[in-house]
Amino acid sequence: MNLTLRIWRQSGPDDKGRMVTYQVEDVSPDMSFLEMLDVLNERLILDGDEPVAFDHDCREGICGMCGLMINGDAHGPQRGTTACQLHMRQFKDGETIDIEPWRARAFPVIKDLVVNRSAFDKIIAAGGYVTAPTGSAPEAHATPVAKANADAAFESAACIGCGACVAACPNGSGMLFTAAKITQLSLLPQGQPERYTRVIGMVDAHDEAGFGGCTNAGECTAVCPKGIPLNTIGRLNRDYLAATAKRGDTPGS
Amino acid sequence: MDLYTEGDPIADTRAPDGPVETRWDRHRFEMKLVNPANRRKLTVIVVGTGLAGGSAAATLAEQGYHVKSYCYQDSPRRAHSIAAQGGINAAKNYRNDGDSVHRLFYDTVKGGDFRSRESNVHRLAEVSVNIIDQCVAQGVPFAREYGGLLDTRSFGGAQVQRTFYARGQTGQQLLLGAYQALERQIGLGNVEMNARHEMLELVVVDDRARGIVVRDMVTGEISTEMADAVVLASGGYGNVFYLSTNAKGCNVTAAWRAHRKGAYFANPCYTQIHPTCIPVSGDHQSKLTLMSESLRNDGRVWVPKAKGDDRAPRDIPEDERDYYLERIYPSFGNLVPRDIASRAAKNVCDEGRGVGPTGLGVYLDFADAIDRLGRKAIEAKYGNLFEMYERITGEDPYEAPMRIYPAVHYTMGGLWVDYDLQSTIPGLFVIGEANFSDHGANRLGASALMQGLADGYFVLPNTLANYLASNPLEKVEPSHPQAVAARRDVEERIARLLAVNGDRTVDSFHRRLGQIMWEHCGMERTDAGLRKAIDEIRALREEFWQRVRVPGDGEGLNQSLEKAGRVADFFELAELMCVDALHREESCGGHFRGEYQTPDGEAQRDDERFAYVAAWEYAGGDRPVLHKEDLKFEYVHPTQRSYK
Repeated sequence: MNLTLRIWRQSGPDDKGRMVTYQVEDVSPDMSFLEMLDVLNERLILDGDEPVAFDHDCREGICGMCGLMINGDAHGPQRGTTACQLHMRQFKDGETIDIEPWRARAFPVIKDLVVNRSAFDKIIAAGGYVTAPTGSAPEAHATPVAKANADAAFESAACIGCGACVAACPNGSGMLFTAAKITQLSLLPQGQPERYTRVIGMVDAHDEAGFGGCTNAGECTAVCPKGIPLNTIGRLNRDYLAATAKRGDTPGS
Repeated sequence: MDLYTEGDPIADTRAPDGPVETRWDRHRFEMKLVNPANRRKLTVIVVGTGLAGGSAAATLAEQGYHVKSYCYQDSPRRAHSIAAQGGINAAKNYRNDGDSVHRLFYDTVKGGDFRSRESNVHRLAEVSVNIIDQCVAQGVPFAREYGGLLDTRSFGGAQVQRTFYARGQTGQQLLLGAYQALERQIGLGNVEMNARHEMLELVVVDDRARGIVVRDMVTGEISTEMADAVVLASGGYGNVFYLSTNAKGCNVTAAWRAHRKGAYFANPCYTQIHPTCIPVSGDHQSKLTLMSESLRNDGRVWVPKAKGDDRAPRDIPEDERDYYLERIYPSFGNLVPRDIASRAAKNVCDEGRGVGPTGLGVYLDFADAIDRLGRKAIEAKYGNLFEMYERITGEDPYEAPMRIYPAVHYTMGGLWVDYDLQSTIPGLFVIGEANFSDHGANRLGASALMQGLADGYFVLPNTLANYLASNPLEKVEPSHPQAVAARRDVEERIARLLAVNGDRTVDSFHRRLGQIMWEHCGMERTDAGLRKAIDEIRALREEFWQRVRVPGDGEGLNQSLEKAGRVADFFELAELMCVDALHREESCGGHFRGEYQTPDGEAQRDDERFAYVAAWEYAGGDRPVLHKEDLKFEYVHPTQRSYK
């Protein structure tokens, strides 16, 4: 296949950035999207140009490091698929493909297609955990967990923290990411003691990091490579409401 | 031999003696403690945030130490432990199927082909049960039965069901548990987290590890970070083969730089080739994808009986198929250990019975399991793996069998450590895949997660305290001459890489190095092949330093520069791996020498000559020095491993 790529190039945070057009030839349909970019970069290096910087690591859809806007879709046209698992057989010979970084206030561009997603870590640090210092755990079977709850918790825990939800959201909101962790932990008995302080802490950190609010556009769940459901945000909102109501009468909060 | 010299044997591994069941308990009691009030005055550097590094950093911070943590990814949550699929072993015996600490210990020593330390492995089996408790308390969503209790499944090399799992994403869930514990400590100000930072040198002062030199991968800034102890949790070196199931960024640099500073490197030739990966599809291939070993619980491995049979798999009648693992190993069948399954796949492909466009593949067939259990049950167990297979290959594994082939997956070798997980440089501790300690010559499935978390949560926090309590250290500043020299080395090396300005890309060198290693130091090694590989690696390394082209400068984000530094270290490691493989004139576990096999093609160990750990000392790039640590087996007596 022969393709025309229009790629966002930005030398650093202070550069304005621009789309630059490249031709790539003899692309195999069995290549992954990132392997296609590898081939382009090899050529750019030998031609004396700067290769395109993009984030990637595991290339098997689980680390969450890669993230590209491909023709305006976060992670590209195939549902439930990260950019690294997207293969060129999803495209047609002669096609023009636009490749851009995640664009959101909370994810500033570092270079080309690489953005800073450390705001996600700050949300987790503000409560996305169970306080269980090493060594303090009771026997694993001391607390059974209903299978339905365990399975639903797993479904939310599958989030890879890639940020596609934020990039796709018209408000640049990180609610699906935040709600996925809140849902996982609030469905498990281990998560109950901190359930309401957690939701307040995480939502505050979310807002402070510059993410927008949720207006139920639903773009986030449509592009989520792990299919995190939108109803997690409903669960977050219920817990948040309960938490604000409880705030007055919870000792120490 | 002309390629190495032999030094003194390693006399003391600090392992306690007495009954193996009581060694860790007694050792823990004998070790010194650090008063909680003094812990906050002590700084510990942890490099890497996978299961080992993440759990260690979180635990040390909980205990009150000041921790500085580093990772090359943009977040600690992305370390490659995240990609582990199948599960984690623990001797809980919830199934009442005869499991025990002793059986896990036995299976692991045997699975490692009698090339690991009994004391270490027993400790690993003991703490395995605590790991499950810890992870459940963190909210890790393990698979459960309808009664709400934890589910388990089987893995290779075991006849009990001791593997706990979270669908096909066990590594992800365990890592997120450790990551969340780490983030909690970051939020509390107890851990200073430095993502997108790469360790490029170890600082050794007065023969002790006292710091590291790191590069901020975003700004290009080089800095020297000092501490009272350094912990490497930087993972394995499978990417020396270029194509592996490792993440693209996985590298040996942190461990190799420590090796060059005096830490011995043990058993570098012990690499694990995983039997079930998606086959290579073309020259553009940048990495290989694993299909979890758990699939061998229900999938049956086969090839056509006839050579060159190119009919579609469903058109090949039952009696013309060879379910070779079930045929050769009737008692373990499709669940033989990884080294055995990989070699068997290679053998049938070498006979010309491989399948797929390249002939380098065998079928992993779920038709029987789908008939027996129904498609729904298979979807529930393996749905995400089947989808991943289809995305990559464009084929539907519910309809046609998967095609699989072995690929490099894990490295059992690593920096040598004693029973306390301390390297030969005092104050430098090495945990997880980066050390060599527990898996011998072959790691059993679902044991990497167990070892990473055992080291980080339960072993290191004890042994590190003992070191810190026994060795009050003077404060050292980054202006110390040794620290300044280390930093200058890093700067000069970067300048050198940028200055070559040649006509070949880093990747083209890395790919070629990988081909040499796969061909001569992969699934089967021979004397002649390894010698040839050493010559080729040396020539390629020389060419690298003359012809590599690294665009840009060192001032900001430069991914080519990062890769170049890593590949330069892989060249040096590759040579040591070949020397190690050449000197070990026996076959054991993942190390298979063509000259040393039983009449029916199994690995032929030579316990008389090689029942030792080969720990290599760096000798300035010249012939490395071999130090032998003899292995003694008091409980699990070496036998010819049999899974028949």
